[in-house]
Formats: sequence, C-alpha cells, structure tokens
Amino acid sequence: MLSSLRSGVQGLWRASSRALQTTSTLQHDSLFVHRDTPEDNPNIAFEFTPENQQRIDALLAIYPEGHKRGAMIPLLDLAQRQNGGWLPISAMHKVAELLSLPRMRVYEVATFYTMFIRRPIGKYHLQVCTTTPCWLRGSDAVLKAIVDATGCEVGGNSPCGKFSISEVECLGACVNAPMVQVNDDYYEDLTVEDTKEIIEKLKRDEKPKPGPRSGRFASEPLGGLTSLTEEPTGPGYGLQDGLKA
Amino acid sequence: MAGALARIVQGTKSHLGIAGPLVSITSGSVRFQQTESQGKTKYGPLADADRVFTNLYGRHDWRLKGALARGDWYMTKNILEKGTDWIVNELKTSGLRGRGGAGFPTGMKWSFMNKPSDGRPKYLVVNADEGEPGTCKDREIMRHDPHKLIEGCLIAGRAMGAQAAYIYIRGEFYNEASNLQVAIAEAYQAGLIGKNSCGSGYDFDVFVHRGAGAYICGEETALIESIEGKQGKPRLKPPFPADVGLFGCPTTVNNVETIAVSPTICRRGGKWFASFGRTRNSGTKLFNISGHVNTPCTVEEEMSIPLKELIERHAGGVCGGWDNLLAIIPGGSSTPLIPKHVCETVLMDFDGLVAAQTSLGTAAIIVMDKSTDIVKAIARLIMFYKHESCGQCTPCREGVSWMNKMIYRFVEGNASPKEIDMLWEISKQIEGHTICALGDGAAWPVQGLIRHFRPELERRMQTYAMTHGPSKAERLY
Repeated sequence: MLSSLRSGVQGLWRASSRALQTTSTLQHDSLFVHRDTPEDNPNIAFEFTPENQQRIDALLAIYPEGHKRGAMIPLLDLAQRQNGGWLPISAMHKVAELLSLPRMRVYEVATFYTMFIRRPIGKYHLQVCTTTPCWLRGSDAVLKAIVDATGCEVGGNSPCGKFSISEVECLGACVNAPMVQVNDDYYEDLTVEDTKEIIEKLKRDEKPKPGPRSGRFASEPLGGLTSLTEEPTGPGYGLQDGLKA
Repeated sequence: MAGALARIVQGTKSHLGIAGPLVSITSGSVRFQQTESQGKTKYGPLADADRVFTNLYGRHDWRLKGALARGDWYMTKNILEKGTDWIVNELKTSGLRGRGGAGFPTGMKWSFMNKPSDGRPKYLVVNADEGEPGTCKDREIMRHDPHKLIEGCLIAGRAMGAQAAYIYIRGEFYNEASNLQVAIAEAYQAGLIGKNSCGSGYDFDVFVHRGAGAYICGEETALIESIEGKQGKPRLKPPFPADVGLFGCPTTVNNVETIAVSPTICRRGGKWFASFGRTRNSGTKLFNISGHVNTPCTVEEEMSIPLKELIERHAGGVCGGWDNLLAIIPGGSSTPLIPKHVCETVLMDFDGLVAAQTSLGTAAIIVMDKSTDIVKAIARLIMFYKHESCGQCTPCREGVSWMNKMIYRFVEGNASPKEIDMLWEISKQIEGHTICALGDGAAWPVQGLIRHFRPELERRMQTYAMTHGPSKAERLY
C-alpha cells in the first residue's frame, strides 16, 4: 500500500514537472526573423557597385536559361562582401529583384545558410572551429584566448567594433587542428600563443600569415615526410597497353 | 558530408525494381561474408610511383605547367576518343567505389547515365562540400592538384555524355575555390575544356558554384537543390538524380576524390588500380589522421592497410604510445567508434570496417587517447548534427535535439541508467526514418558509444548519484 502511495505521489510529481518542449527554431543560434533596426531596414537603399555588376553577369552566365535562380547564393555572397561582411535586408530585396523572384524565396535561402550573417559584424570575423577533431587538439583554449584577447563574447561583437566571434562547426581542416578562420583565411595548427599573436596583429590591422603555424606547409606530417619523398613521375608513366598505339 | 551519409543501398533500389527493398534488408549480412580468396596478404605501404596525388602536400607547382609535368592531361584526347563504354569499363575493372562515404561502385553509377537520350541535357555534379568532421582530403586536391579534378570532370562527363560539370565547393573554402577557378581558366585557355575539349570534338564546360555553409548540402539531392538556389533540403528518392536531377535533368553526383582519380585509372588501367587492396575494396585512398596522434597528416595509402600500421607509419603513433589509445572513429564523424582492441587488427577498407560494426565513410580517422572525455567527444558530434539538421523530417529535427539534451546530461552523469536504453531506442527510431542519411549519421556515433562504452556511462551516473544524490531522471523513471 505504501508503495502504491509512493508511485501515486511520483506520478503527480512527474506530471507537474514535465518541461515544455521547444521547437527547433528556438534552438538555432541566430534569430530567423528580421527586426527593423537603424542599421538594417528596408528603407536603406542597396545597389551593387559597377564592378560587382560585371561579376553578376559572369555568375548568371553559368546557369542555363530559366534556371537563373541558381545564382542566388553567389549573389547573396557578393552582396555580403560588398556590404562589409553582413547581409542587410535591402540587399536581399535587390537580389530578389535581379532574379525576378518573390522576396520570400530569398529570405528562405538567406536564413538557411550559416554563412549569411544578418546583423552588423566587425571587420574581422573570427570563426573558431570547436567540433570534436579540433576540440581534441585544444580548441577550447584557443576560443578562450580569443575571447580574452578581444573582449568579445561568442556570437557577439567586440566593444571596439573590430571583431566578431562565432563558434562554428567543422571547417574541414581537421588534420591541421585547432584552427580559426578569419574572414577568408585559415589559421591552422594554433597554440594559445599563436592565437594571441594573430589577434594582436589584427588589432594593428596587419595581416598575419595564414596557414599552419607549426612550421609545416600544408597537411604533411610534421618533422619529415613519410611519403612522396621521390620526385613525381612524369607524363606517360605506367601507361596501360590499351592506350599505346 | 558527402556520401558517408548516403545510404549504402542508394542507387541500387531504383534499378532493381521490386527486389530493391529486399536487397537493402539483406545487404548487411551479405557484406559480412569475406569468403573470396584474396590475391594478396599484405597491404601497404604504397610506393611513391603508385600514388595518384603526387602533389598532395603542395611542394610542387599546382598550376597547369606543373600539372603537365606531373603527367596530368597526358593523352586525354585518346581517352576521350575511346568512348563511353571503354571509360566505364576501365572504371568497372578498377573496382573503384565512391570515395565520399557510401562506397557505391563508380563504374556502375556512371553507366546509369547512358540510357537513351530524351533530349534533356545531362550534368555531372562534383561534391566538394566537404564538411564531415575529420575529413579534409578534398581540400588538398582542390588547392594542390586542381587539374586532376578538372581532367576527371572531362573524362567522367564524356563517360556519361554530360554537357557540363558543376563543382559545388563549400563556401568556407574561399582560397581553394580561387585556386580551382584559376586552374579552370587555364584549362579553358589551353583548349583542354570548353568547345572541342582537347581537340576531341566534344564540348564540355566546368563551372564552380560556392556554397554558403551548410553540411547538409553534401547530401546529393540537397546539393542539387542548393545549386538551384533553394534551401539545401534533401529530396525524396525516387526519382533518383540519374533520372531527375539538377535543373530537372539527368545528373550524377560524385565526390571530388572519385572524379580526381579517374584520369589516372584510365591512363594506367583499371587492372593497375585493382591490384591494390582486397577484392571489392580496391585502389588507393586518401586517409586523414587527426586527433591525438603525434603528427596528424593526410596521406595516400593502399586500401586494406591495417589501421595500426597506418597510424604508426604516417602519423607518428598515438600520443603517449599505442597503449594510451582509447578509441578511434575510423571514417568521419558519422561512423561508430571502435575501441582499442578492435583497432589492433582491423583493416581499413569497406568490408573490414563493416565487419567491425562501423564503416569506412570518408576514411577520416579521429584518434582519441585515454585523456579524452569520450562521452563529451560524442556529445560534441551530436551537437554538430543538431546544428546541421535541415529540419525537414521530424525524427531527425526533434530526435537529434533530444539526443543532444540527453547526452550532455550523460557527460556529467546526471541521468538514470535506464536512459541509456532510451537513448539507444531514440537513435534507432531516427535511423532509417528520414529522407536523407543525416539522421543515420547522427544515430550511429551514439550507438557506437553505447555499444562499447556503456560501463563508462554507468560509472559516471553512479559517481554523480554518490555526490549529488539521485538524478532527477532517476527519481522520475
């Protein structure tokens, strides 16, 4: 009887303590909806520069007639580059106009892809990879060093307005972990000291040398090659009989 | 993510008609059998002269001049003139299986494109949306050997009668995309591609399309959607891309490495390629060794090389010695981990790893030594999948979020041992119930963890209960 009482109480407790389920939109790391702000509202005009107009023509040319919509991602990327690394809503409208599409089709794409940033960001966007292969090699320490050196929170802008930090998923340089992407360049094989040095240089607007910091050139094993030590073979090496005429 | 996520049975179903589903059910058990006699008993190391990617480390010139000196674009015209059947046959003889993860035979995949034409153009799409954690092989090809990829596009295009190739490269690879674009411009100027490619009378274009940061776009139909300028949400199959793909036309999607090795296979012969590795797993392969090893590296080796030898020879061994090894993820984040005792003997090929209840995937080896918090390592991967789920199918969108919430409690031990089975069940409910294989890829690492590290999970829960009293979950269930 005591046990039935206990289970009853437990049942009540269970019913009352059930958490509300949230939907996945709220679990995303950036807001899906647009809110007008002084920096980002539809009244701010956006025009592509003449150089970018030429690039647009070149981009549109690679998609077949009737499927020009394919150029949407490259065009949004171009708009983002022109606008200092982030994508205002008026640029989305411009792209929709260029592709003769409803604006909604552009909003869909701009919110889906993580490389489109819909809020003003700093001059240097520091993207720290913290996925398992980088985490195993110490990306937490690298992230902390960056946060400390810039005074900027993850997902936010630094007080000086120069830096923005994002924690991102695998950037595809796992053999050179841990790594940070600053705008378009990869900085690999980092230690905490290297990271601090990179930030110091960026603060002075100097460009640190991209690539691995450990002294290797690319993804070869550090301290001596284990393969590809011979000169590469030349044309026609090992040609099969079927091609010998 | 490429094909590590593409299911193994992909493609076969449509071509087997009603027998398709049967094949998918039995394929697991069939693939365990390794009864065929093998011609060789020792696999690896590979001689430098047998390596396909001779400029993997970028020590030589990557541009056209350097590529020509290394034998790229040699007799390409003759290969093109041999025709479709000859090229497809070479590929079939070589036994090349897709290098993006699913391991579908490439020769067969290309032959699906040679149905009688209905007037629609055909397209080749190259999947360079490399984003599977642990994988960084295609990046090396695109920045250091781009001409291999472009020549491969031309040959593959010829084999399937395609009129253009789209290379979908992930947006983060800006410098790699620019190398590739330079190489394409060089090839156009030299008359190697474009109108009358290599003087063979065949017109073929190669275009680069940069993505914008979505792992899901490595799934072939999501990739097609993305090139069309839509959200990267996978399409239901059938129709398969070979029937209705890019812009509604027949399309084949291949991984970068698959395409880039094909010119060398045609030049040196399918038999040469098939002489490496075990039967049905033939060839050479780029391996990425990352994590707790002394010298992480990307290296091209023979298929079927023992995992232990691969790590000791090229990656300088596990940090702190082999005995310090805890577990290895052998094929990129989607594949279940294997503990040390399995790593001792396992061979790095499709069949060898399936027999060890895991998969070759993209051959991205993530090594974890005994200092690793193994639960957190897997939890971080689940967070990755939660972030990258496109949100189209409920089991994946909601299920992966649930798994993420649970497994982060498991990291501290704030959970009930009964929840381990619950987590297993959730993962089983996600696996196979989604349009694409991202759900499978998210479920497998969890299953691997539970399969091999259940005592560790239980120990953590006990420790937590001793210090904090019974967890909330323990009180509830």
